Amino acid sequence: MNEILESIFSINTLAAAIRMVTPIALAAMGGAFSERSGIINIGLEGMILTGAFAGVLGSYYTASPWFGVLLALLAGGILGAIFALFTIKFKADHVVAGVGLNILALGATTWLMQVIWGSRGSSPNVNGLEEISIPILRDIPVIDKLLGTQSPLVYLMFILVISGWFLLFKTPLGLRIRMTGEHPEAADTLGINIKGVQYFSVILSGVLSGLGGAYLSLGHLNWFSMNMSAGRGYMALAANIFGQWNPLGGFAASFLFSYTDAVQMRLQGLNLNIANELIQMLPYLLTIIVLAGAVVRSRPPEALGKHYEPGGEG
Amino acid sequence: MRSIIGLLTKVKNRSTITELLYSLTAIVIALIIGAILIYFSGHDVWKAYYNLFYGAFGNSYNLAQTLLKTTPLIFTGLAVAIGFQSGLFNIGGEGQLYWGAFATAVVAITFSHLPGLILILLSLLAGAVAGGIWGSIPGYLKARTGAHEVITTIMLNYIGILATTFLLKNYFKEAGPVDQTRMIPESARMSELIPYTRLTWAIFLAVTVIIIIDYLFKNTSLGYDIQAVGKNRDAAEYAGIRADGIIILTMALSGAVAGLTGSTIVLGVLHRFITNFSPGYGFTGIAVAVLGRNKPWGVLLAALLFGALEAGGMSMQLFAKIPSDLMTIVQGLVILFVAAPAFIQLLSKSLRGADQSE
Amino acid sequence: MNAVELKDISKAFGGILANDGIDLTVKEGEIHCILGENGAGKTTLMKILFGLYSKDSGRILIKGQEVEIKEPRQAINLGIGMIHQHFMLVNRLTVAENIIAGDEPLKGIFIDQERANSEVEKLSQRYNLKVNPAARIENISVGEQQRVEILKALYRNAEILILDEPTAVLTPQETEELFQVMRKLKRNGKTIIFITHKLKETMTISDRVTILRDGRKVGTVTTSETSPEELARMMVGREVVLRVDKKARKLDRPIFEVRGLSLHNKKSNLYLKDISFTIEKGEILGVAGVEGNGQLELEEALTALRKIEQGQIILKGRDITGLRTRERRDFGLAHIPSDRLKRGLIEEFNLERNLILGSEWQEPFARRGFLVKRAIQAYAKRIIKEFDIRTSGSQAKAADLSGGNQQKVILGRELMRDPDLIIASQPTRGVDVGAIEYIHNLLLEMRDRGKGILLISAELDELRSLSDRIMVIYEGTIVAEGKTEDFTEEELGLLMAGQGLEGVG
Repeated sequence: MNEILESIFSINTLAAAIRMVTPIALAAMGGAFSERSGIINIGLEGMILTGAFAGVLGSYYTASPWFGVLLALLAGGILGAIFALFTIKFKADHVVAGVGLNILALGATTWLMQVIWGSRGSSPNVNGLEEISIPILRDIPVIDKLLGTQSPLVYLMFILVISGWFLLFKTPLGLRIRMTGEHPEAADTLGINIKGVQYFSVILSGVLSGLGGAYLSLGHLNWFSMNMSAGRGYMALAANIFGQWNPLGGFAASFLFSYTDAVQMRLQGLNLNIANELIQMLPYLLTIIVLAGAVVRSRPPEALGKHYEPGGEG
Repeated sequence: MRSIIGLLTKVKNRSTITELLYSLTAIVIALIIGAILIYFSGHDVWKAYYNLFYGAFGNSYNLAQTLLKTTPLIFTGLAVAIGFQSGLFNIGGEGQLYWGAFATAVVAITFSHLPGLILILLSLLAGAVAGGIWGSIPGYLKARTGAHEVITTIMLNYIGILATTFLLKNYFKEAGPVDQTRMIPESARMSELIPYTRLTWAIFLAVTVIIIIDYLFKNTSLGYDIQAVGKNRDAAEYAGIRADGIIILTMALSGAVAGLTGSTIVLGVLHRFITNFSPGYGFTGIAVAVLGRNKPWGVLLAALLFGALEAGGMSMQLFAKIPSDLMTIVQGLVILFVAAPAFIQLLSKSLRGADQSE
Repeated sequence: MNAVELKDISKAFGGILANDGIDLTVKEGEIHCILGENGAGKTTLMKILFGLYSKDSGRILIKGQEVEIKEPRQAINLGIGMIHQHFMLVNRLTVAENIIAGDEPLKGIFIDQERANSEVEKLSQRYNLKVNPAARIENISVGEQQRVEILKALYRNAEILILDEPTAVLTPQETEELFQVMRKLKRNGKTIIFITHKLKETMTISDRVTILRDGRKVGTVTTSETSPEELARMMVGREVVLRVDKKARKLDRPIFEVRGLSLHNKKSNLYLKDISFTIEKGEILGVAGVEGNGQLELEEALTALRKIEQGQIILKGRDITGLRTRERRDFGLAHIPSDRLKRGLIEEFNLERNLILGSEWQEPFARRGFLVKRAIQAYAKRIIKEFDIRTSGSQAKAADLSGGNQQKVILGRELMRDPDLIIASQPTRGVDVGAIEYIHNLLLEMRDRGKGILLISAELDELRSLSDRIMVIYEGTIVAEGKTEDFTEEELGLLMAGQGLEGVG
């Protein structure tokens, strides 16, 4: 019993959760931007996966993990642009297009892995990102263990989540994004370029998810494997809803999931008298419970998932 | 009056034809992109697509392979299409078909003393019921709390697969290194149509289910209610249709059909339950439903196409050395293009524009 | 100097000409009315001027300069502002945010919230348009929302203001206030284009009137040189009888009774408090009130679409409080919902399916759960004929019908069930004059046949001409009830605004 409590409340579990939350929180924030502008983004999963793949690819060819990160941002952005093109210009149903994008991403990464490395399971090892340590944080007890030494992308994630909140709620662009997702026609009558706003938001969601993917492959394991995202995009989507379409809320919700996941992993390591399958269910069960409880209270942007065509033809 | 009705049928047919044309265009574009990818990965496009086609339709064995791959996709595609009729996106086919397979295997093994046909029917029923129960959970969550079924069904996929694995390992596992049940009795196995192909009469069962579901939506009050809720929930409730109940029922029906996927695989192909046996039938079912425009007969055509892509993709991998995952790319592209009719309209407009300028 | 000149403007939607070669000249500093029925093309024309629709052909001149307006941004830059009939406001944002979006005052890279508030405050005082910049749109009244809409245009320095049916949601008193604001704007040199279908308002406020009918311009007249009768003739194209013929009725026994009905709508935080009333056989009881004062909640409570907390509902002597929607309908309650597209129809269903909505399990349309196509088709054809629904046939989708014909589909479906009580909410909203006359006569016919009718309407004229009795609802409470002839229009207006009768003096 003590062992269980210890694994639940230990600093190490918390530290693991901080590492694991990074890709989910980034993608959740991407989801917040996309959905605040009115576009449901089921495609986060494929964007993370593509980012993870592109990260390894970049590092593989240049031996520089930072170049890999750059390529991941680019790949995520391109996927975001494709998704935006289909949902905004071609008026595809957002959910269906998102599912299509995810299947496309899964097929493309698995196929390319075989074309490039000749293996369907996983890529060779590449240079990953070195952890860095931050002098001030390093000197505070407890905090040191949590945040003293981490991947640079973990710190970047914290910076991005906070600036994302400012961008969304304190700047003109943020106001225009929120207005577009709530009432595109109103935004249109104010002379706001709604399509521009939506393209920006969806591409940004791709870039952020791509970065999350790069963290998975370069900040964590230093290789890519088939279907590496393993549902994190969907977790991010749930976290975004639970977090009320707010980057900070999305982070908090993502952290709850990652923390459960971290606990789950540690419990598995304890060789308890509980089947591993049951322990592994925890994060998924939690997602459902949280979602079922949260949706009642949360209120999505009013024009979420709808198409709006200026000019009266739509 | 008669002429008006005649005109209307014509218009109706025309829209069906337009939809077929759109879908065909989407497939062709996806295959062209596939060809470009094959070309740039340094392979021979003709050889690849020849093997794709030959592997799918070349001889009776290959055709049987295509139909074998088609069968589960009819069920999963139909499951997704049923959900769509009431406005629900059931991505949970994977979890539902695992429950279906598991329940079928357990019943077939437990009641092995029953005579053949009764045993098979009972096992199928068990699979449908198990899948239906699993499917009704996200329906309940949607109706009662508003939790989006896309996320809950995905989470229930993971949970369903883990749960059946857990039950298997702890209660039904055959001794040995592989996580699988005992073989089901000979009497419970569906008989093959062509020897050594594993193609059984499950394909006829699939077509029968299509006919039933098509009839349900076109000619029954329940089908009417399901579609009313899907097309306008507020109006359905205004008319006293209990939308919550319909949503749960539809998801249960959808789950039951998905459950039959697992049942027919256990009874016809594997003859036992094995962990991780599905290569993602539930997910491919989404593509099938989208391509089939969520209509039962459309699902049949789309499942045939995807069955052919899978069977052909295997032979393409074997003989042209091109990873069959390329076909996953093609599937993803097909969904994207079919979901975006505006794309095809734009394309045909610009093609016509080019014609005129010449 | 002409502020706006439109020349030969045409616009078609899917083969139907909404604007057919329309010319319009608006002088600087005048209040110019665009008068026409629903579907005459008024809003389309103005949306073209504001850049929301693209015109198919024609020219636009602003202050003598020919211009191209492809999107609202260009219209705004040319000094045009539009106040839309359906407010273009984001419920969840504040008044100030709604006004400044797209043209935000900055402090560094952030929005300067204080300056935003102070500028809104300044504008609001200058034009006497009282608003609270920090309030959220969802928490303010409809009248205040309209002021926000006007401020949005003024904030962008609009010189030409287009107001699209602005009085539809206002009480008579609020309308008078709006007219004062409009006069003040005119004194400040603004040009105002005022879209309406109401003759009285046109006569009161405008300098000149342009009349549209069926997408064409009928003519432009100077208000002081015309009469309501002439305008009506130009608008409808024939003589219109604006009065309906209502027979006197005798007292009868009550058929519907509501006692002490109370509920709380958490979403809009509205309480329906202790609502009680009775409707007799062959009686129309009108419910007057500014929208959002509980009419929708009442409609929903009576049809079991919303849970009530307290009270009793009695139909034909039986307590139906515990019955579900379907059971109430089957017991003789018909419902013409206020939002026809949201609730009344399934747009993607064809007329046959729409006409059996709610009867889809009943004989003769279904037998043991199987639909009987022949019976459904015959029934649909009968309704289409009896209710004069203009359509290409019973297989046509509801979405392809005009508003008036859609409303007739709903009326046909509900009235053919031979109900005892009809809840008719906004039965003539968004339909043309011909359909309005038809629907009014139909409701009176139902009354004369002994049905009880609860008529909820935002149109005071409609209520006054149809109802036998009227009750006024304000903030979820019935504040007055009496015979129709006991209220003047002004009294009703004051009651709707929450001022008691004693205030009339």
